[in-house]
Amino acid sequence: MSHLATYVGLADHSEQTLASALRSVAEGHAEEADVFHTCHLLAGWSEEHRRRLAPVVERYGEEDVEEPERLHHDGLAQVRSGPVGLLRDLQELYVLGAMVETTWTVVIQGAQGLRDTDLLEVATSCSTQTARQLSWFNTRMKVAAPQALIVAR
Amino acid sequence: MTDRIADLHGVRTPHPRATVWPARVDQYLDDGLGEGDVDRWVQSACLLCSNGCGCDIAVKDGRMVGVRGRAGDVVNHGRLGPKGLYGSTPWASSPDRVTRPLVREDGRLVETDWETAMARVVERSRSSLEERGPLTHGFYTSGQLFLEEYYLQAVIGKAGIGTPHMDGDTRLCTATSAAAFKESFGADGQPGSYTDIEHCDAIFLYGHNMAETQTVLWARVLDRTRADDPPRVVCVDPRRTLVAQEAERTGGVHLRPRVGTNLALMNGLTRELFANGWVDEAWVDAHTLGRDELEETVAAYTPEHVAEICGVPADDLRRAARIFGESQAVLSTVLQGFYQSHQATAASVAVHNLHLLRGMIGRPGAGVLQMNGQPTAQNNRECGADGDLTGFRNWDNPAHVRELADAWNVDPMTIPHWSPPTHAMQIFSYAASGSIDFLWISATNPAVSMPESARIRNILSSDDCFVVVQDLFLTETAELADVVLPAAGWGEKTGCFTNVNRTVHLSEKAVDPPGEARSDYEIFLMYADLMGFTDKDGAPLVRWRRPEEAFESFCSVTRGRPIDYTGLSYEKLRGPTGIPWPVNEAHPEGTDRLYADGVFPTDTEVCETFGHDLVTGAVVTEQEHRAMRPDGRAFLKGAPYSPPHEEPSDDFPMLFTTGRTVFQFHTRTKTGRSSSLDDAAPDAWAEISPVDAERLGIDEGDWVHVTSPRGGIEVRARVGQVIEGAVFAPFHYGRWDPRGVADAEHRLANELTMTVWDPVSKQPYFKTAACRVTRLRGGDGPAPAPTTTASPATDLAPTVGGAETSSRVLDVTPAYPLDPAGGS
Repeated sequence: MSHLATYVGLADHSEQTLASALRSVAEGHAEEADVFHTCHLLAGWSEEHRRRLAPVVERYGEEDVEEPERLHHDGLAQVRSGPVGLLRDLQELYVLGAMVETTWTVVIQGAQGLRDTDLLEVATSCSTQTARQLSWFNTRMKVAAPQALIVAR
Repeated sequence: MTDRIADLHGVRTPHPRATVWPARVDQYLDDGLGEGDVDRWVQSACLLCSNGCGCDIAVKDGRMVGVRGRAGDVVNHGRLGPKGLYGSTPWASSPDRVTRPLVREDGRLVETDWETAMARVVERSRSSLEERGPLTHGFYTSGQLFLEEYYLQAVIGKAGIGTPHMDGDTRLCTATSAAAFKESFGADGQPGSYTDIEHCDAIFLYGHNMAETQTVLWARVLDRTRADDPPRVVCVDPRRTLVAQEAERTGGVHLRPRVGTNLALMNGLTRELFANGWVDEAWVDAHTLGRDELEETVAAYTPEHVAEICGVPADDLRRAARIFGESQAVLSTVLQGFYQSHQATAASVAVHNLHLLRGMIGRPGAGVLQMNGQPTAQNNRECGADGDLTGFRNWDNPAHVRELADAWNVDPMTIPHWSPPTHAMQIFSYAASGSIDFLWISATNPAVSMPESARIRNILSSDDCFVVVQDLFLTETAELADVVLPAAGWGEKTGCFTNVNRTVHLSEKAVDPPGEARSDYEIFLMYADLMGFTDKDGAPLVRWRRPEEAFESFCSVTRGRPIDYTGLSYEKLRGPTGIPWPVNEAHPEGTDRLYADGVFPTDTEVCETFGHDLVTGAVVTEQEHRAMRPDGRAFLKGAPYSPPHEEPSDDFPMLFTTGRTVFQFHTRTKTGRSSSLDDAAPDAWAEISPVDAERLGIDEGDWVHVTSPRGGIEVRARVGQVIEGAVFAPFHYGRWDPRGVADAEHRLANELTMTVWDPVSKQPYFKTAACRVTRLRGGDGPAPAPTTTASPATDLAPTVGGAETSSRVLDVTPAYPLDPAGGS
C-alpha cells in the first residue's frame, strides 16, 4: 500500500508545483493576454485536482519516497522575460505537466489493481485534464516559436 | 414618399408560411432628382451591413446620386435599409476625401505623388525583409474590400512575402461565426438560408439585434410575424430591443442573461432538450459525434442553477426550451451578443448543438444563421487575407497547403503553415514588442474599433513600426500612419462580394474615383510589381491584371473544396440575382442550403480544421482527429460555463457592454457623411437602466463619466431599457466628427474595453469589462440616442428627419430560382 501512497503524494505535490508555476508564468507574462488568462485558468484546474485528491490522501496517506529524486522539479524558480523567455517557460510547464500526467497514469494503474473505483474516477478525469493542459502548452509554443526565434528583439 | 429614419423597415408585406416573400423596390435619389434625371443605373450590392442586398447605383454627370433595390435579387427582393438608402453614396463626393498620397515628413503628413509614396513603402518593405525576413510584415485588412482584393492580398502575403501575420477587422466581428462552423461541421460556410424565415415556426435570435444590424432581414421576419400564422420569436439579449418586443408579441420569450453568462444559458437550454426527451436520437446517432459527452457536460445546468448564474427566471428558460423542443422547424440567428462576449465560440457552437440534437438542419425552415458583422467578411475568410487559408483549406493538412502551392507555383515551404495564421490581436502585440515593424492597414480604422484603444494608438504611433494605411478618408488610424494611400471605394471599382448567406454579387464600377485615388486592387498590384515577387520558375507571381482575372484564379483554387466557385463568372453574375455558392457542375444555379443530406465536411482529409479544445483553444492533432473517425458526422461539443475575465468590483460595480445603433456603421467613415443618418444619431451616449439612474441620481441627458480600469468616456446618459447593473455604449464614435463637435475627444467606447479574446476564434471580447458611472453635470436636453430603436426613452418624440425615399410593392413577385417556395 505504501507505494501507492507514494504516488498519491507525488500526484498531490506535482499538481501543486504545476499550479504555482502556472500562476508565476501568468503574472510574469501578463502582457500576453491569452497567456495570462489561460495560465490562471489551468492553475485552477490543478488546484481542483488537489481538492479532489484530498479524500484519497486522507485514506491512503501521503508518503515520501525513500529513494533519491533524480529529476528535480522545483517548479519555476524564476519566470523569464520576453518572447524567448515565454517559450522556455512554456516548455518547462510542459515538462512539469508531463510529470503530473505520468504520475496520474501510475495512480490509475494502482487504482485498477485495487479496484478502487473512487480513486480511478478521480485519477482518470484529472489525467484527461492534464492532457488538455499539455495540449495547450504545445499549441502555444508552436504559435510563439518562429517569431520568438527569428525576429524577436 | 417615406422617411426611412422614422420608418426603419418600411411598409409591411405580410404573407403566409411557405410562400414567397413579396417584392418591394426601395429607392433613394439625391434631393431634387427624379428617375428621369438618372443617366444610367449600374449593378451592385449594398456594402453597409452584412445582409448583402442587391442594388443598382444611380449615376448622373459622373457622380453617384442614389440607389435602388433589385427586385429580382434573392437576398432582398428589392428592399434596402436606411443605411443603404441614405449612406451608400454621399461619402463619395465628400470634400474631405483623401485624393493624393501622403507621407510623414518631420512628424507631419504631407501630400506627395504615388511614385514617392510607393517608393517609401517598397524601400521599407525590402529593407525589413532583407534584415529580418518575412515575419516582420503584418497586414491588417477589412470586411469591406472585394473578393479580388483579398485574394490578391492573400497571394502577396502568403506566397510572395510568406508571412503568417495577416488578418482583418473581420476578426472583431465575424471570426466566431467561422470558428463555430468549423468546430461543429468541419468547415466554414453558412448552412442555412434566408428562405428559412419563410418556412420556420420559431425564430431564435441569440445576441442578435437584427432590427438594427440587418434591417432588411428584419423586415423579412416582420413580414412573417405580422402575417396570420407567425413563427414565435425567442430573443436572448440584455437589452429590451425591438426583437425582444417582437418576442413578447408573438408569444415567444425574451431571455435577458447577465452580460457574460451566455454559455450557462445555452447549457441550460441544451439540458432541457435531453431532460424532456426532445432529442431526435436516430438522427443524432447517424449524423453526429459526442452526444453522451455533451449530455454529461450540461447535466448540472438545471433551470434553477442557470437562473442563479444568468438572472433569467427558470420558467422563462423552460418556456424557451419548450419552444425549441416542440417546434418542427427552428431558425436560429447569432451575432455579436455572443461573438463579442465571454466564451464566444462555445456559446455559438451550443446553438449548433441544439439544432443537431433536434435534427433541424439542412431542410427549409430548420436553419442556423451565424451572422457576419461586415458585408464582405465572408470573402476575407474565403480568400485567406485573414487568419484562414485560401479556399477553406486546413493549414495543418500538408495536402491542402500543397494544392495552394501548386496553384501559385511556389514552394509549399513559402506558405506559412506551421501554426494557425496570426490573429489580429497577436499581430498588434507583435507590433507592440517590435518584432513586426511593417504594418499595412487597408480600409479599416483600428484606432477606433479595437479594444483598449489607448494601447492601439500607442502601437500605431510608435517610431518602431512603419504603418501604411490606405483608405477613403484621413481616419483616426490614417492620421497616425507613415504613408497614407488614397483608395477608391464602392462604386468606384469593380469586384465581387459574398454576403453572410453565401450569395455572391458583382459590383460594377459606376464612376471614377476622385483625384489620384486608386482601387485597393490596383494598389496591391502596384506593390507586387515594384517588389518583383516571383514564382519558383522566376515568372511574376501575380500574372493577372484585371480584377476579373483574379476572380477566375480564385474560382479555380476553390475546386473540390466545400466552397466551390467554379461555376461562377462575371458574366453569370450579371444576371438578375446574386448566386449562393457552391456553384459548380452539380449545382449550376447555386445552392440554397448546405447539408441537406446530413453529411458534413468533417473527414480528416477534407475538414478545414481538426478542431480545438473549446475551453483552452489547444488544437486537436491530426492523429486525434483521425482516431475519432468523424466520417462526415457533425461534432457535438460542449464546455462548462466560467465567469468572465473581469467581474464587477467595489471600484467598478457595473458591467460595460458595447454594440451598434442602426444609423451608423464601421466607425462612421461612410454613414457619418450622410446628413440623414448623422442627424438621426449624431453623438455617442451611455444607456443605463431606470433603477441605476435613480440610484446614481442621473436624469435623461445628463453628462456622465463612464470609466473602466483602462480608460473612460464622457457622454450623455440615456435612461433606457438595458438590464439593471449594465451600461451600454455604441462603438461607432471616434474623435472624427462631421460637425467638429467639442466633446468628440471623450466618447470612444473602446477606451474601456479589454485586451482579451476567445480562445478558439480569437475574437476580442468587447462586452466583458467592468465599469463605474458618475454624474458630471446636467445636459441641455435628451441624450443623442435615436428613440425608434433599442434605446427608446419615455416622453421623447420619435426620431424622424430622413430625406425622402420611395417604396413600391410589386404586383407580381419575380421568380427566385432556388427559393423552396418557388416564385411566379
